[in-house]
Amino acid sequence: MSQRQEVAVSTAQNAESLDLSPAMGIVEEMSPVTSGDIIPLLQRIQDAYGYLPPEAVLSVCEETGLPASKVFGVATFYSQFGMEPKGKHTVRCCKGTACHVRGGNRVLDTVEKTLGIRDGETTKDMRFTQETVACLGACALAPVMVMDNTYYGKMTPRRTELLLKEILKEES
Amino acid sequence: MPTTKVYVPRETTAVSVGAHEVALGIERHAQATGESVQIIRNGSWGASWLEPLVEVEVGGTRIAYGNVAPADVPTLFESGFLQGGEHPRRLGPTQGIPYLANQDRWSFLRCGAIDPGSVEDFKDHKGFTGFEKALAEGPEFVLEAVLKSGLRGRGGAAFPTGIKWRTVADAESDQKYITCNADEGDSGTFSDRILMEGDPMSLFEGMAIAGYAVGATKGYIYLRSEYPITYRILLEALDEVRDAGWLGRDIRGSGFDFDIDVHLGAGAYICGEETAMLESLEGKRGMIRYKPPLPAHEGLFGKPTVVNNVVTLASVPDIVNLGGEVYADYGVDQSKGTLAFQLAGNIKRGGLVEKAFGVTLRELIEDWGGGTASGRPVRAVQVGGPLGAYLTADQLDIPMDYEAFTAIGAIVGHGGIVVFDDTVDMAVQARFAMEFCAIESCGKCTPCRIGAVRGVEVIDRIVAGEDRELNLDLLAELCDTMEDASLCAMGGMTPFPVRSAVEHFPEDFGAGAGEERIHE
Repeated sequence: MSQRQEVAVSTAQNAESLDLSPAMGIVEEMSPVTSGDIIPLLQRIQDAYGYLPPEAVLSVCEETGLPASKVFGVATFYSQFGMEPKGKHTVRCCKGTACHVRGGNRVLDTVEKTLGIRDGETTKDMRFTQETVACLGACALAPVMVMDNTYYGKMTPRRTELLLKEILKEES
Repeated sequence: MPTTKVYVPRETTAVSVGAHEVALGIERHAQATGESVQIIRNGSWGASWLEPLVEVEVGGTRIAYGNVAPADVPTLFESGFLQGGEHPRRLGPTQGIPYLANQDRWSFLRCGAIDPGSVEDFKDHKGFTGFEKALAEGPEFVLEAVLKSGLRGRGGAAFPTGIKWRTVADAESDQKYITCNADEGDSGTFSDRILMEGDPMSLFEGMAIAGYAVGATKGYIYLRSEYPITYRILLEALDEVRDAGWLGRDIRGSGFDFDIDVHLGAGAYICGEETAMLESLEGKRGMIRYKPPLPAHEGLFGKPTVVNNVVTLASVPDIVNLGGEVYADYGVDQSKGTLAFQLAGNIKRGGLVEKAFGVTLRELIEDWGGGTASGRPVRAVQVGGPLGAYLTADQLDIPMDYEAFTAIGAIVGHGGIVVFDDTVDMAVQARFAMEFCAIESCGKCTPCRIGAVRGVEVIDRIVAGEDRELNLDLLAELCDTMEDASLCAMGGMTPFPVRSAVEHFPEDFGAGAGEERIHE
C-alpha cells in the first residue's frame, strides 16, 4: 500500500469518530465559499474544534470544491493554525525584543517548568498548550503573556507561577 | 445627584494590568455607596507606564489617577476622587502630565480623549470634518493637500502618500481598493493598535477620504490576529459609523459609496509586507509578490490598490481639514509632520510619544522615557523594529529624520524604539535577528530563506571562536547578498541589525579574545 493510500485510510477511519457537523455548519453559513474565504473559514473551524482536524478540513474541501492542496497550503503557512488537538488553556509568551529585554525568557522558563512542556507542546492531561509568539503589541509593559485571550503585562516568574497554580488548583 | 464621568481605558496595555477589574471595582463601589457614575471605556493617552490611568471629569477638567489597582478603589472613594480628591495615585489634570503635555499631537489628538465607540463623541471632537470638506472640495483638492503635506508612509517604508494616491487615482479600472495595513508585527511597536483602540473612527474617516480621492468604493483593514481587543473595538465602531450613515451607500447624500471590512490575519510577520498582505487578503499563503507591478497598478485581486498604514491614513482627515501646509510646518527637511514614537525595552516610562520629526533619540529616551528601567547606562538602541539597526549611546543626538537615519545605515521605520542597558549581549541580538528572519521568511527567495539559516550558524561559529576572522568575512558577505538579492525588506533588512551589532559592538563577537589569551 502506498503512503498516500495509508493516509487516506487512516483519515477515513478517523472521520468516523469526528463529528463533522460543526464544520459543515460553518460551510453552510459561509456559502458560497470561494478561495478568498479560506482564512476566515479555517479560523472558524479552528474556533469550533480548538484546532484544525485534518479530516474536517478534507471534508470541507470536498464540500466546497476548494482544492485540498490550496487549503492545506494556507493552514500550514500561518502560525495561528494547528492540526494537533490543543489543551483547554493556551499560554502564549512573547519572544519579541522588547519582552526579551525585560526578562521574557524568565517568564517562559517558569511556564515550561511549572507545566513541564515546551514551545508548541500540550500537557498529557490536555489542560495546557504552550506557544511562543513574535510580538503581542503591549511592549511598553513587557514582558507580556496571554492566557487564552487575557493579556497579562509586567509579568514576573512569581506572578506566572501563581497564575498557573491558581488555574491548576481551581480545576482540580 | 449629578452623574460623574469616569474614564477607564479599554486599551490592551491597560487591560493587561487590570483595567477591567478597576472599572468593575469602581462600578460596584459606586453602586454600594449610592454614587452615580458613568464609566467610559476610552482609549489610552499613550502613557502606558501610568496604566491603568483612570480619569474623573470634574467641572469640565479631567483629573488623572495613575497606576490604579483594583485594591485602590475603596481608598479612592474615601478620598472623594469623584470630586478630584487628593490621593497618592492622583496626578492632577491629565493635560498637565508633562509626558502628554509636551507632545505634538496630530494623529493621536483624540486618542484617550474620546469614547472610541461613540460617533457623537467623535463628531464633538471635529470627527468627519475632514471627510465633509473632501466631499465639498472634490478629489483633486484632497490629492493636492496630501501631496503638499509631505506625508510619508508611517508603516516603515516612508513612501510619499500623495504620490501613491495620485498613481491609483490616475489608474483606469472598474474597481479600486483602499487597504489598511494593520499587521503591526514589529516587536516594540504598538502605535497602530493604540490608535485603533482609542480613535478607530479617524482611521475609517481617513480610508473613506482615500477612497473618495482615488475612486475606490471598498476598503479592507488587515488586522493581525494577536490584537483581539482591537478587533472587537473596530467592529463595534464600524457598526456605529455605518448606522450613522458615514459609511455605506450614498454617504450623507453625496452619491459616494464606501464601506470597510476587517480581515483578521493568522499569525505571520511577513504579512506586514504589502504584497504578502494582499495575498493573504485574497485567502492565500502570505508569499510576497514580485514588484513591479506595484500594488498601485495591480494590487488586490489585480486591481489598483492603495496600501497604507493605520497612522498614515488617520493623519489624513486633519491634513484635508487644516491644509497640507499646516502639517508640513511640523518636522524637518524631507521628514514632514509628526511620528508616533513608541518607547519600550529597558526604559522607565514606556509608551507612545507623538512628536514632530527632528526630536532626538536622547530627548525621547531621557526626557520622556526617563532613562533605563534598570538605572544602568544605555548601551544600545534598536530603532524601527526587528529589522532596524542598533545604534550606540554615542548616536543618541541624531535627529529623528528619515534621511539622517539612512545616512548612518539605520532606519526610522514605524518609530519603535527598544532600549538596552549595558548588560545586553549584542551577539545574542544579532543571532536573534537572523533566527527571526529564518522563522518568519515566506520562503519565496533564496537569500532570505536560506541566508538567514546560514546566518544563525555563522554567528554561532563566531561566538564559539571558530575561525573568527574567516566567519566574520563570511557573515559580511552573507549580509551583502541578503541585502542586494532578497525580494523584499524581510531578507533585505535583516542585515541592518546584524551588521550594526558587529560594527558597533565587536567585543561581543569575541574581538580581543585572541589577544587576551596571548596575554595569559
